[in-house]
This record gives sequence, structure tokens and C-alpha cells, in this order.
Amino acid sequence: MLSSQSYQDPGKMKDYHYSGPVEHRFSPYSFNGGTVLAVAGEDFAIVASDTRLSEGYSIHSRDSPKCYKLTDTTVIGCSGFHGDCLTLTKIIDARLKMYKHSNNKTMTSNAIAAMLSTILYGRRFFPYYVYNIIGGLDEHGKGAVYSFDPVGSYQRDTYKAGGSASAMLQPLLDNQIGFKNMEGVQHVPLTQERAVQLVKDVFISAAERDVYTGDALRLCIITKEGINEQTIPLRKD
Amino acid sequence: MALSNVLETPLSGFNFDNAARNAALEGLYDGGQTPKPMKTGTTIAGVVFKDGVVLGADTRATSGEVVADKMCSKIHYIAPNIYCCGAGTAADTEKTTELLSSNLTIFSQTSGRNPRLVMAVNILQDMLYRYHGQIGASLILGGVDCTGNHLYTVGPYGSVNKMPYLAMGSGDLAALGILEDRYQQDMELDTAKELVRVAIHAGIMNDLASGNNIDICVITREGVDYIRPYQESEYKDSRNMKYRYRPGTTPVLTEKVVPLKLEVVQESVQQMETV
Repeated sequence: MLSSQSYQDPGKMKDYHYSGPVEHRFSPYSFNGGTVLAVAGEDFAIVASDTRLSEGYSIHSRDSPKCYKLTDTTVIGCSGFHGDCLTLTKIIDARLKMYKHSNNKTMTSNAIAAMLSTILYGRRFFPYYVYNIIGGLDEHGKGAVYSFDPVGSYQRDTYKAGGSASAMLQPLLDNQIGFKNMEGVQHVPLTQERAVQLVKDVFISAAERDVYTGDALRLCIITKEGINEQTIPLRKD
Repeated sequence: MALSNVLETPLSGFNFDNAARNAALEGLYDGGQTPKPMKTGTTIAGVVFKDGVVLGADTRATSGEVVADKMCSKIHYIAPNIYCCGAGTAADTEKTTELLSSNLTIFSQTSGRNPRLVMAVNILQDMLYRYHGQIGASLILGGVDCTGNHLYTVGPYGSVNKMPYLAMGSGDLAALGILEDRYQQDMELDTAKELVRVAIHAGIMNDLASGNNIDICVITREGVDYIRPYQESEYKDSRNMKYRYRPGTTPVLTEKVVPLKLEVVQESVQQMETV
């Protein structure tokens, strides 16, 4: 009989010894991994996410993108607990339709962002475990990125990374797009080609070092012509 | 005297010298995150074949969800005819196998005999049981000695299993699926290497904590073939742009130069002999 070597923290080994009555709680949340990233340019926006859905050390799916198209000029990236991501995007879609029917126009990116903030705060005491980033074009046609926390605090950014590898990606974006911590470097405005290359490189790096990021990268490039989707393979191991 | 470490059990059967200290340390981090030990979060496997034993391992070491080492070595040397794969806490597997190797070297030098696998297994089992699971090392030992080709596994609590094929680590179930399906008795060398490679590959693809390259170690009567890496990862780091920084990019805020005052006390010139 193969002895059950369940792989765990040595610190948790004391759980095997009876230390008194222990309360076990059902946790309504689970972490499904995934990284999302959004970058805003002069006349474009990019929303990118990996497509791996995981739980614990296992993989549920290698093809589960985390970017959802909301309107012709807005894409949202959601990572965290997949159940809440699905429900939240359904709710946003329904609200978009309601707005369209009552106001006879499509919601703008900043209106969607404001609405999402109220939807998330409505569940302040049992939050949606989702890290959201909205990318799109504002009314003037310029790129816009709005980043959220799980309870609805948001702000407009030029670039933002969210999800499991966000701590690895954000400093690199700060340096390459925001020119932080550099002296004597020309502040060249970000072109679409360079932004796309940067996003691909940054995800390749994230997949090297973060176990929850990998399999494939889904890129949505939003311009006034429409939304262009690309899929690039990443590490599968 | 030299053998004392090998044969003697400490007087108090269980050694909990550090348990109180660890509990106190955890209290200090109350609320925050205790530093996570680097674990090899691994897939390791071993197979006995006609002429010896084949051991295999992946090369990823994780620290929580971050990959700490992409090319870590998990197949450790124990004796010229014994090698050990380690899964669990990286420091524990490293030090435990080093300790075992030292003790077996001492033994073989004082007794003039090659160490046998059962000795290695007994020493490990004794030590790990004494530490009551506090040493998080899951090991697969394989080797060839005068009694034949053997493969053993020792768990962190001191349990031992002797089997013709084994897998341990977080990817063990994926590897075991392959081994259960394709293992046969008395395989040839190439079949055995291929089987271990496929088993580790299954662990790499399906377990998030295993990845990167595959190492293989073949032990036979004739000698050891340590192939590192046996198979390189097919996913090579392939960035598109070059990220270079011109000298002077990092701003210098202040500069302080402290010249060292040196006094020449003695000078001697030695000519190098060059052919």
C-alpha cells in the first residue's frame, strides 16, 4: 500500500496530532489563478490575460480566457475566483442591456467603470472575489484603463496588472511604460506595436516564475476599428 | 567513535529541540505571513529494470506560488552505487541526504564494504521517525548492491516502502498513472529510461509545482550514468525585445569616496614560471 504522502507544509503537520476540538468551516471562495493586464495608449487599449484555470496544484482548463468583451470599445479582464468572475460578467452584461434599452445608447467605458464600482460595493460584506481591470476607449477616442479592488475602489490608470502574477508584472510596466527609476531616458509615447511586444514579453516572463500563469495568452487590442483578438502560446508546464 | 553517529540513537527517543522555538517564531508573525520554506514541489520517480535502477526528477523548486529555482538538482549522491531523489522541503532533502552520505562513507571506509541500500533506508527511517515528521523529506532511494537492484521510498514520518516502481512529490499521482499502466518486469535500459521520462513529463504537465527540465540517473553494476538534463524543457524563454539600460540610467543621489590609507611594509617579487 502506498503510504499517503500528502504534500504539505511541515508547519501544518501538527494538525495530525489531536490538539483539542477544531472548527472546520466551509469556505465559499476558491482561488483559480490567472493574471490580467491592461495598457492604454493614445488611440488604443490592450487587455490581455493568460488562459489557465487552476485550483490548488491542478489545472482545470488550459483554455479559459479571462477577458470578456462588454461593448465594441470596452473589454474587462477578471481574475480570482472563477465562479464570481462568471456571475459578475453576467450581471454586467444584463446591466449593459438595461442601460441600452432605457437610454438608447451604449455605455461608455467610464460609465461602465462607475457602475461596476457600485455593483462591487453592493456586496461589501460578502465580496465578489474578483480582481477587475477594464480597458477601452473613452468618449474622445483615447485609451483608458480602470483598475478595481474586490470591493469596488477604482481609478483610471495608464497601465495595470492584476491577478496572481501582478506583483511581478507591475514593477516592469512601471519601468518600461512609466519610465520610473530611470534617468536621462527619452519619454517616447507608447506605440501600439511596442505595447503589444511588451505585453507578450511580460507574460512570457510571468509564466517562467508564476506557477498559476501559463498555457496561452489572449490579447484584445481595442481601437476605433474594433476589437482584434490574438492568442499566443505560453509555457504549459 | 567514527561510527557513533551511525549506530547510536540519542537518549531521548524524540528530538524536539527546535519545536518550541518554531512555535514561538510563528507567534511572532501572528497575522502576517511566516516565511515559506522553499519546497521542491516535485515529481520524482524510480523504476527497477533488468540491469539496475533508473531514477528521474523534474527541476523546478517553488517558494509558495513563485518558481524559486528553474534548474534545481533533486537527484542526490549517497554512495557510488546509491542515489536518492528528494521531494518536500528543499533544505530538508538536501541536508538529510548529505548526512546519510557522510555516514555511509564513514561506514564503508571503516568496514571496507560497499554500503547496501537497506542500510541507507534504515538510517533514514530511524532519523525521520525520531523527528516525528518535522523534517519534511519524502525520498526515493535507488541503487545496486551485492544483493541486487533495489528501490525504496522513505516518507517524512519514517514510513518505508519497497516497490519495483515508485513516484513521490506533488506530481506523484500523475507519474504513477503512467507507471501503473506501462511498467513491466525486467525491462531493457532504453524502455526503462523512456518510461521514467514519460512519467516525469506527466507530472510536469499536470502539476503546477513541477516543471522545467527532466533529470535521469541510471545505476547499474557497471556504474552510474547521471544525465542532467535528460530532456530540456520544450518551452524556452523567448522574449521578443531586448531590455537594455544605458550606463547612467540609474540616478546617483550621493557619492562618498573613502580612500584607504595603505603603507607599504614589505615588498617581495616572485617570478612565475611560464613555459
